[in-house]
This record gives sequence, structure tokens and C-alpha cells, in this order.
Amino acid sequence: MNVATKQWVAVGQLNDIPRQGARCVKNGEMTIAVFRTSDDRIYALEDKCPHKNGPLSQGIVHDGCVTCPLHNWVISLETGTAQGADEGATLSFPTKLEEDGSVLIGL
Amino acid sequence: MSKQNLVIVGNGMAPGRLLEHLFEATDSYNVTIFNAEPRVNYDRIMLSPVLSGEKSFEDIVIHSEEWYAGHGITLHKGAKVSKIDRAAKTVTSENGITAPYDKLVIATGSSPFIIPVPGKDLDGVLAYRDLEDTYGMMKAAKAGGRAVVIGGGLLGLEAAAGLRMQGMEVTVIHLMASLMERQLDPAAGFLLQRELEGRGIEVLCEANTKQILGTDKVEGVELADGRIIDASLVVMAVGIRPSVQLAKDAGLEVNRGIVTGFDLKTSDPDIYSVGECVEVGGMVYGLVAPLYQMAKVAAAHLSGPSDAAFQHVETPTKLKVTGVNLYSVGDFAEGPDREDIVLRNASAGTYKRVILRDNKVIGAVMYGDVADGGWYNEMLKSGEDVSDKHETLIYGQMFQGGGAVDPLAIVAGLSDDAEICGCNGICKGQITSAITEKGLTSLAEVRAHTKASASCGTCTGLVQDLMTITLGEDAAAVPEGMCGCTHLGHGDVRRLIVAKELKSIPAVMQELEWTTPEGCAKCRPALNYYLISDWPGEYADDMQSRFINERVHANIQKDGTYSVVPRMWGGITTPDELRAIADVADKFDIPTVKVTGGQRIDLLGVKKEDLLPVWKDLNDAGMISGAAYAKGLRTVKTCVGKDWCRFGTQDSTGLGVKLEQFLWGSWAPAKLKLAVSGCPRNCAESTCKDIGIVCVDSGYEVLYGGAAGLHIQGTTKLGNVATEQDVIEVVGALTQFYRETGYYLERIYKWADRIGYDHVKAMVFDDLEQRHAYYERFVYSQKFAQIDPWAERVAGAEAHEFSPMAEIKLEAAE
Ligand code: SRM
Ligand SMILES: Cc1cc2nc3c(=O)[nH]c(=O)nc-3n(C[C@H](O)[C@H](O)[C@H](O)COP(=O)(O)OP(=O)(O)OC[C@H]3O[C@@H](n4cnc5c(N)ncnc54)[C@H](O)[C@@H]3O)c2cc1C
Ligand code: SF4
Ligand code: FES
Repeated sequence: MNVATKQWVAVGQLNDIPRQGARCVKNGEMTIAVFRTSDDRIYALEDKCPHKNGPLSQGIVHDGCVTCPLHNWVISLETGTAQGADEGATLSFPTKLEEDGSVLIGL
Repeated sequence: MSKQNLVIVGNGMAPGRLLEHLFEATDSYNVTIFNAEPRVNYDRIMLSPVLSGEKSFEDIVIHSEEWYAGHGITLHKGAKVSKIDRAAKTVTSENGITAPYDKLVIATGSSPFIIPVPGKDLDGVLAYRDLEDTYGMMKAAKAGGRAVVIGGGLLGLEAAAGLRMQGMEVTVIHLMASLMERQLDPAAGFLLQRELEGRGIEVLCEANTKQILGTDKVEGVELADGRIIDASLVVMAVGIRPSVQLAKDAGLEVNRGIVTGFDLKTSDPDIYSVGECVEVGGMVYGLVAPLYQMAKVAAAHLSGPSDAAFQHVETPTKLKVTGVNLYSVGDFAEGPDREDIVLRNASAGTYKRVILRDNKVIGAVMYGDVADGGWYNEMLKSGEDVSDKHETLIYGQMFQGGGAVDPLAIVAGLSDDAEICGCNGICKGQITSAITEKGLTSLAEVRAHTKASASCGTCTGLVQDLMTITLGEDAAAVPEGMCGCTHLGHGDVRRLIVAKELKSIPAVMQELEWTTPEGCAKCRPALNYYLISDWPGEYADDMQSRFINERVHANIQKDGTYSVVPRMWGGITTPDELRAIADVADKFDIPTVKVTGGQRIDLLGVKKEDLLPVWKDLNDAGMISGAAYAKGLRTVKTCVGKDWCRFGTQDSTGLGVKLEQFLWGSWAPAKLKLAVSGCPRNCAESTCKDIGIVCVDSGYEVLYGGAAGLHIQGTTKLGNVATEQDVIEVVGALTQFYRETGYYLERIYKWADRIGYDHVKAMVFDDLEQRHAYYERFVYSQKFAQIDPWAERVAGAEAHEFSPMAEIKLEAAE
């Protein structure tokens, strides 16, 4: 992540995303998955599993992680790294939640 | 050499264990058992979990019918022995069976003491000793109302907690000033009382029962001080008396119990006695640990000359009420020669007390935090001098030498002869060596080989810790729990959901003490299914606990696109449906159209954004989701049947369509596939389906438990029926029984292998009333299930799933 060129982009409202769920944001060719945890924390990862590119936005969200829908790798929402014995990481983006419920991603 | 006749009177836990030891040593006996109860040997200790709904009778059977058959034992069930003729060496039962013996074992156990107050014989007054009593209480609980439990000891409190869990109002009447006064000191008794009151159980101490009120059934209880408590059930749990009458009539020496030597021989050298009926060394016993020791000693003498002798040991007491932790062992009466060390934590509600005499531990009482119970008991047994750890003794084992705060360290620090399983007297060394020598990897195996944790189960955590220590991290991969978030297995979780009326995932996780805040991708879908299946109409499906396929009602493919499979009832389609499918494929550029192995058509490579319009077009042509993704009904394959085929005996196609229309939409533990074939040539492959129907001239054969995926297995026959309606009822009942008792992801064949094909047949085929009840429950739950998920989503449900939240169009950044 390159902090110097970071730009905060509004992508929608907190309530657009289900708790323990995710929504996709298209950024040109790239899809970003924006996750909301049960306690309303927001995380953004590239929607691409480090294993075989599975769409992480479609996985099950639990305890700060998402389980990939294709072969069950568990990926940390905060860092994008695979947990347990699996190795690899996907891009992660900083996020901000405004008072009015707007969700921002740092690109 | 011809075999000797060994006759056993009573078929409880003590003689069951005796036989296990005996068969290990010798096969020189023909064994005949008489049992007044009409059943095999079961774990009486575990009646309380049956009462509370946490276990079923099947779970607590110790010796199955096969075990008796395998050892050539003649078991007379429901046959109470009324006479022993020592001169003729025979016993005779009330129902007229006489058996000759060379050696006899009397194991008549004990009977509950009934206080002789007016009204004690009224309908609705029960004791708490056997399965009949337990079922009697469960039946009374169904009717609701208040239960009065007389007796605040171990049994009374387990009964009270169980009845409360079954939904009754409960009052406990206890004669003494504090609960369980024989095992607990007043401080611990107070904490226990507060815990029970917190669960809505009323506790009246120093209360004496004057009479039980009612004309032909129980209506209330009157206390000596005049108070009257309304009640529809009264349970007497005030103590037990050794059953000695039979031995007395036979002229054997009897005191409080049947008097034996330390070799468990009675005053007649050919007659042994084991169990609660025995008095040995002037003591009678009411917990299984000493009874199991008796069993071992008696078996040694029966299988050859032996010098085995019974020895008194202190047995710790625990109360098997889920969520209540107490432990007491040894002597805790106060006295001038004793020293007490007490540690309380008011906010945590814990209490610990260790009693010393001459710097040796002679007793311990713990409430709330009982982790160190085994450690104190070890010191009590060894009689070691504890002066050197006097200061820190009360803080427990972890504190000794500033030990690391690793829960496993406690267990790792125990000596090899520290007792782990009190019931069975199994020490740490026996368990660890069994694990390494026999290569055991699961709790079930450790139970089978060592008996540890196989009786009351309160040491299960310790045994699991030992497995982790012995096997290293590998053991972490094999706990019996459903996943890493809980120690509980699927069966326990299912029963507790019903027993505790848990109706949401957070409620399950809280009440069953999940170790993670939100569960994981293994347990959440399982819990979601259990709740849907157990609370139809009440529980709302939790979409975030479903795999993507079941969340968006299509199958995800390796490239992130989806496949769409519409239902094609019984494999029948029409030119209009085919045209609509072709149009959809054209309109949305669907790359692959394929006929599936399940007699329908798969559209592969649909983009997620196109799912809604694809479904809309298919809905408009009259098609609904084929649920090719569901842990639930998939397909019903059929053959052409008698409409066309020259061998067809019935309308297999029509019946297949009816079955699919009846079953669609239902969720199940795993996928459910059916087939109907028109004759035994079986062109629809019915004999390898979860449920298969084969039409024959006289009607229909219903088969189930087939598999043809990762595992191949032919079906087993459930039975023959005459009409289509019968087929539908049987299939509905079978499906419902599977839905209610299956573990998540367990296909029907694995489920039936686990619970037994005979049992399934008895439940949903042979017993017509029960069959109908299961069928009715299935029909009821279908009211909430048969809603086409595609139509729902086309109409707007879960709209967020199908479109991106935003598209970012960034200006060139630099
Ligand atoms: C589409 C289809 C293959 C085909 O092109 O014909 C298919 C496709 C898949 N099968 Fe199958 N099975 C298909 C018929 C079968 C059959 C044949 C049958 O049903 O008569 C079997 C063997 C019979 C049986 O189930 O016992 C079959 C046994 C399996 C198994 C092994 C199940 C088992 O318990 O052993 C799996 C793996 C699993 O479920 O864990 C599986 C899993 C799958 C999955 C869901 C794999 C996955 O997780 O992605 C595939 C989904 C593809 C998709 O997106 O549609 N599929 N699968 C068939 C769909 C039938 C339908 O109309 O719904
Ligand atoms: C609800 C409950 C909870 C308990 N919890 C614990 C616990 O947590 N820990 C613990 O250690 N102990 C516990 N116990 C006690 C334990 O179950 C008993 O100590 C043990 O079962 C006694 O075994 P036994 O073989 O001596 O007799 P039993 O198991 O009582 O068996 C005696 C059998 O003999 C039969 N019989 C009697 N007379 C005749 C006759 N004349 N002819 C033929 N058959 C006859 C009876 O029908 C009975 O089936 C509990 C008991 C109950 C009821
Ligand atoms: S057999 Fe089934 S699971 Fe395997 S590749 Fe074919 S469709 Fe997929
Ligand atoms: S692509 Fe995510 S686990 Fe395989």
C-alpha cells in the first residue's frame, strides 16, 4: 500500500453491506470486496483468493476472517494473509467509516 | 472340560463390569442373567442427561444385544428372581424360569427409599432409579405444571434440574439446613442453592414432608409447618436401601447389605455378591467406582485362584448438572485437630476449601472452580506431607513453583498414577500408555480401550488434554467436537438445541459456551441447518451462515461464474420448457448447456449479475430452482414405467413427479436424491440412491441408504407398501427422522450406518402411529420451505447479493 498517493473514495453506506457479509466494488479491471463484521468493522480486500483466485466476497465471514468459497482457505480481513498452514496474501486496502455511515476505501 | 454354569441375579452396572473382566480372563462359564428390568445393561448414571433431554436411551446402553449374543449369554429380561435354592443350587424367577448354577452372583443393587407418609402410593409419585422412572418424569413434564422433588441430595438435584430443563416449575424440599450436606459444607451448599434458584428452581431447606395430597392422583404436598405446595408430580429421592431380601430368604448373612469378605464371597462360598447390595468391611457403597472395584475382585476369584482383595478408597462426588461445577472428596467435618484453608472469589462465585490433619490432605470441597480436584485427591490418597507447599496449596497446582499459565500444564504435571477417571479408577499412566501403544487417536477409541470417561463423562476434558499432551498438536485435529469452536459433538449440540430451546445461532454459541465469538465456516452452516430443522416457522434462515451456493441459489464455478439448473420434475420436460431454456441460453450468452447425471439440464457459466434475469425468464416459463446446490432435496430420477415400457408394473414416472412435488424445498443434513424404477430391472438406478423406490406387481418396495459417489453402497430395504399414498407417507416419515437426527453433511447411508437400520425401520416403518407423526411433522415444516428462492429473489429479496455496490471511476491519479 502506497500511503503517499492514497486517495479516499466513497463507495456506499454501511447499511448497504449485510453484517457478516460483503459487497463488491468494481475498480476498473479489479474487483474489491468490502466486508462488514458483526460488530460493524469494515475491511477491503482484492476479491481474489491467493490460492486460485476464488471470489472472497462470496465466502463466510467469521472472527475477522473470511473462508473462501472454493476450497476453504481462511483469509485475514485485516491483512489479507492466509491463516493456518496455507501461505499467500491478497491485496488489502485501508478503510474509513464516517459518522454518517459512509464507507471510504483508500486507494 | 465341560463349562460351569454361572448365574447372575440383576443386570446392573456392577455385574456388567464383572463379566467384561471375566471374559478377558476365561471362557469357562455358561452365563445366565436374570434381570427384573426388561432390557440390556445401561449406564444408570446417565439417566439425568436422558431426563434433561441431553441424551437418549440408545446413547447410554453399555452392552447391546449383540454383545450378549457374541458371548453366548442367556439374558432373561423382565424376570425377577424370587427364590434361591442353595441345596439344589438353582434360582427361580417370578415368571417360572429355573436355572441351575455352579457359581451364583447376587447383584440386586438397591431400591429407592420411600418415606412412609400418607399419599405415597398416589398416581404421580415417582422414585428416581431406572428408565421407567425417567420416562415417567418426562411424560409428566410434557403435561407441564409443578414438580416437587423431595430430597436435596445428588439424585434429587439432578432430577430437579432435568425437570426444569423439560419446562416444569420445580420445588425442592430438603430436610437438612443446606443442600447435599453429606458431600458439601454449608458454604458450597449455599452457592449451589443460589445457582439453582437462578435457574428458577425453588429450594426449601429444613422442610419436612407431612403428607402428599390428592384423591387419585397427586395434587400437592403438605409440609409439617402447614405450608401447601401444589404439584402434579412428586419425585422422592431421599436415599437408597440395599436390596437384600432375596439373600436374606436364602439364609445368607445379611446386615445393612449382603455381608461379604474382601474377596466378595458371601457366607456361602459358591455365592458372590457385587454392587450396591453388598456390605464389605462394614461399608455399603452408592457410587460406581467402588462397585467396579468389587467387580474386578470377584471376576479374579471366579476365573481362578486369586488373592485379589477389595480395598476402601474415597470416591469424589460430582453433580452432573450441565453448567454446575462442584467437587468434594474425603472428610470435611470440622474438628480441633484439623486445619482449614479457604479461598473465595465472590465476583466469580467460586469457593475452595482444603482440609488438613497432621499436614496431610484429608478432604476437599470446591464449587465453581474444580480444576484442582484431581490434584487434591491425589494428595489425599498418597497421604503425602504437604508442609512445603502449605502457603500456596489453596491456589492450586498451577501456582506451584510459579508454573506457566498453560491449562495443559496441570495435566502434564500429574504423576502417572494420578487418577483421571474416578468411576473406572483409571490413572494417567494407563491412558497415556494405551494411546501410544495402541495408536489411539480419538476419544471414542480411548474410551473403548481404557474405559476412561466412559461412565459419567465428567473427566472427558482431562482425557482430551491427555490426548493432546501425548499426541502433540495432531490431537488438536481429532477432538470429537463439531469443529475447533466447541468440544461438543453434533449429537450433543442437536439435543441441547431442543432441550434448552435455543432458537438462534448467538443463543447456541452463548449457552453452549462456544470458544470463538462467531463460530467458523464449519459450525455456522451446521447450526443454521439444525435450527431450521428443529424450529420450523420460528427460526429465520441466516443467510450469512450459508455457503455461497445456498445463499445465491446457484452453483459457483471455478472462474467465479455460476451454473443454473431448473427443476425438471421426475425428469419430464416439454417442448415449451426446452424452448425457454434455449432462449435463455441465447439471450445471456451462456457458454455451456449440459444434460446432468440427474436427468435435467444445466446452464453453465452464467455471470452473477445475470442470475436474476435468467431466473425471471425461467420462472416465467413455469420453472423453479432445481436446488442443484442444496443440502436438501436434489432430484427424483424416474424411468418411463408402465405407460410405455413393456415390463413396467406401476406408474414410476408419475410417482416420481409426485414425490418431487412433495419433497422439494426441504432442507436436510446433506443432499437427498431419490429415484423411482418401474420394475426390478431398475433403470432409474433406485438401488444406489438415498431413497429408492422399485415398483413391483404387488406395489412398491421402499429402499434407502444407497450411495454412488465417493463411496458405493447398495440400498437396504425399509419395507413393502401397497399404494402411492403409502410410499409418500413412508418417504416423508423417513426424511423427517433423518432431518431431526442426522449430523450436518451426513448422507442418509452414513446416518443409517450410525444409528442402525433396524432402529430406523422400527421408528418410521413398523410403528404406524409414529410413522404418521413423523410424516405430519414433515408436512408441517414444508409449509415454510416450499417457496421458490428464485422467484423470491427476482421479487427483490437479498438484492445486495446480485449487484456490485459501486463502480469507481477514478480520475487519472497523477
Ligand atoms: C452437474 C452434475 C454433473 C453433471 O454434469 O451431470 C454434478 C455436479 C457436481 N457435483 Fe455431483 N453432479 C451431478 C450428479 C451427481 C451424481 C449422479 C446422480 O445424482 O445420480 C452423483 C453420484 C450419486 C450420489 O450422489 O451418491 C454425484 C456425486 C457427487 C458427490 C459425491 C457425493 C458423496 O456423498 O459421495 C459430490 C461431492 C459432495 O457433494 O461433497 C458432488 C458434487 C458436485 C458439485 C456440486 C461439485 C462442487 O462442489 O462444485 C458439482 C456442481 C457442478 C455445478 O455447478 O452444477 N457430486 N453427483 C450432476 C447434477 C445432477 C443434478 O441434476 O442435480
Ligand atoms: C439418577 C442416578 C444418577 C446417578 N449418578 C451417579 C454418579 O454420578 N456417579 C456414580 O458413581 N454413581 C451414580 N449413581 C449410582 C449408580 O448408578 C449405582 O451405584 C450403580 O448403578 C449400582 O449398580 P449395581 O449393579 O449395584 O445395581 P443396579 O444398577 O441398581 O442394578 C440392579 C439391577 O438388578 C435388578 N434386580 C434387582 N433385584 C432383582 C431380582 N430379584 N431379580 C432380577 N433382577 C433384580 C434391578 O432391576 C436392576 O436392574 C446414580 C444413580 C442414579 C439412579
Ligand atoms: S465428477 Fe462431479 S465434482 Fe467431479 S469434476 Fe465432475 S462434476 Fe465436478
Ligand atoms: S481459491 Fe480460495 S481456497 Fe481455493
